[in-house]
Amino acid sequence: MDDLNWMQIVSALALVMFIVILFPATLDKLKNSPQGTSQEWMSFISVLVVILLFIAFLISLV
Amino acid sequence: MNQNYTTVAQKSSSVLATNKVLRNTYMLLSLTLLFSGLTAAISMFMNMPPMTYLISVIGGMVIAMFVLPRFAHSTAGIGIVFLITGMLGFGLGPILTMYASLPNGGNIITLSLAGTGIIFLGLSAYALATRKDFSFLGGFLMVGFLLVLLAAIANIFLAIPAMSLAISAVVIMIMSGFILYDTSRIIHGGETNYVLATIGLYMTIFNIFISLLQILGIMGNDD
Repeated sequence: MDDLNWMQIVSALALVMFIVILFPATLDKLKNSPQGTSQEWMSFISVLVVILLFIAFLISLV
Repeated sequence: MNQNYTTVAQKSSSVLATNKVLRNTYMLLSLTLLFSGLTAAISMFMNMPPMTYLISVIGGMVIAMFVLPRFAHSTAGIGIVFLITGMLGFGLGPILTMYASLPNGGNIITLSLAGTGIIFLGLSAYALATRKDFSFLGGFLMVGFLLVLLAAIANIFLAIPAMSLAISAVVIMIMSGFILYDTSRIIHGGETNYVLATIGLYMTIFNIFISLLQILGIMGNDD
């Protein structure tokens, strides 16, 4: 905490500001988004697994 | 019979409009990415200090949230998109300079660029080819994004490398979801403004690139 500088404080304040601004839109999306079927969620999770494997592949190349 | 013709005509005009939004979005996105690359190169050449990144990101986000929506339906919107993406690219300069100074920095930057391109093109192709409706992801992605922002605030003060790594990985997952969500919105007529569509997709690409840089930077320098 001793090394806390103005850039860290400004970064934290900016992130708090973004959260405050995005919060109403998030609530709206939560209320109005359609429910996905289990099949739709599974296809999304499959895509995420492929992305994770791809990142692991990139790490192996560094 | 006449009603059938009307329905077919309406559908085909809707498909044409969607294709036009898609084409304009990808055209503007390509130009803004090139422009960002140019401003990043200028920023590296000018050897800008690290605070440039913070100022550019905050400035770019504020303009994107408060100014762009007011001008998105006029030609001024295109200029504002270039202003935002130019600022964000300029902010990348010091970050790229820092990574370039690492022993394998060139490799990290190249892999991050290539990885971002492959993720974006792969996910866009998936959404366009399957034409699935990903609107169900909206609430989940927004909540996930807010939680990541909260974790990022905590990690500014905690400074735990493993947490940075986890946050970057989650950001890539969430941004991948946003690529599917945004592309599917364009396909299904939920987004008809190519200026707003472009800035949304640009932000996902920008965040994936920064997160990949961070992950590969941490993992590539653990000796």
